[in-house]
Amino acid sequence: MIPLKSPILDPRIKRVDVEQTFNKTVVNENENWFSWEVFHQKKRGDQHIHVGIVHAPDEQLALLFAKEQYGRRLLCANIWVVKSSDIFTFSYDDQDMFDNATAPEKQYRDASGFKVMEKINRYKKLKKEKSGTH
Amino acid sequence: MYGNADPLPEDFIQNKNAPTDDPIKLGEFEARIDRGEKIEPHDWMPADYRKQLIRMIEQHAHSEIMGALPEGTWITRAPGFKRKLALIAKVQDEVGHGHLLYSAAETLDKSREAMINDLLNGKSKYSNIFNYPAKTWADVTVIGFLVDAAAIVNQVINSKGSYGPYCRALERICYEESFHLKQGHDAFITLATGTKAQRDMVQEALNRWYIPLIHFFGPSDKDSVHSQKLMKWRVKLATNDFMRNQFLDQYIPKIYDLDLTLPDPNLKKNLETGYWEFSDPDWSEFKRVINGDGPCNAERIAVRHYAEEHGRWVRKALMKPTEKATLPFA
Repeated sequence: MIPLKSPILDPRIKRVDVEQTFNKTVVNENENWFSWEVFHQKKRGDQHIHVGIVHAPDEQLALLFAKEQYGRRLLCANIWVVKSSDIFTFSYDDQDMFDNATAPEKQYRDASGFKVMEKINRYKKLKKEKSGTH
Repeated sequence: MYGNADPLPEDFIQNKNAPTDDPIKLGEFEARIDRGEKIEPHDWMPADYRKQLIRMIEQHAHSEIMGALPEGTWITRAPGFKRKLALIAKVQDEVGHGHLLYSAAETLDKSREAMINDLLNGKSKYSNIFNYPAKTWADVTVIGFLVDAAAIVNQVINSKGSYGPYCRALERICYEESFHLKQGHDAFITLATGTKAQRDMVQEALNRWYIPLIHFFGPSDKDSVHSQKLMKWRVKLATNDFMRNQFLDQYIPKIYDLDLTLPDPNLKKNLETGYWEFSDPDWSEFKRVINGDGPCNAERIAVRHYAEEHGRWVRKALMKPTEKATLPFA
């Protein structure tokens, strides 16, 4: 029993008879269920974006808790929940395999890899010079 | 809402029992932080980084849950329907913040159940300020205005830290806290600009909360052990005195604006240093309350025991025996 100080200043304490309770409460592992990743869509047409997690025993409660936690403020059109254990990912240790995507030698497959204005300007300049000599 | 982390444990300060980290991995880890990149759950991290972050985020989570208690008490007696609705929303937010933070801490490999158990058995601390009672409605306005303001100062700074999940949780939290502060300030001004009885009530509440608010950011830098390591790893981002001063600088003028006073004749800003000076706020009381002997410690913990015991049948009824707990992903 936890000794309570007197006078008790929190009026709610008097309503619930905490003196009758416990000081050896132990919450068992798994008692808070398992975790779900929450994806929030701000408005129709937007992507669903990962915003955090909830603990829940099944998908229906996961959705309910996700609504309370992530959908009670600001715009929300829709929410997805996915079990955390159902997410698969690469390791950050392998991040260098994506370096290729932005490498300078890969500019040939990017709009920035083609300098058309330079060529047009060179052409126009040449044309002007030619017409000047006539 | 969150404030002072309790002092660092001895073994951490003296670097005793610290496992030796792989120097190459440590170098890569520190270089990543120096580049301003975030650390994510599955990255390699020094054992002390993990340990200190779990401790800090867990205490923060407990503080949100415990912080709901002094205010929750007042929901039934909040003056007027709008104040009642705002207070219900605020208390729901605080509990939601607890959930966000438990999740962030869980990514570091400590289960939510283990954290709740450490709160119940007293091994884990929470912000000292919630061990004081909200005696009148004016106390609730001071909590909503000033305790939340102090928490925001702390949380905005911490949201620039190095651990991704904690930063993401804090960003969401800070957004909601801005409403807490505003509704608290509004209720505070209502009393401060009201009848004489209302003004007296809010002045008395201010007098009661002044010392806990000074205590909020923890002991002075002179008396608290710094950890260069935690600063370097961007776990701690500002000193106690720096954060306390930022809070005083922003909010004392708002109190003086309403011709209210603070119960310390030595409270004044030193214009040369830019720092507020105040009388020694009796740090022995701070230590006493942190160690369990505050006006409400026993009640607060008893309420948590009660809630866990009485909510258990619901959690058990919904359990899926075939499903195993998993750690959150991010």
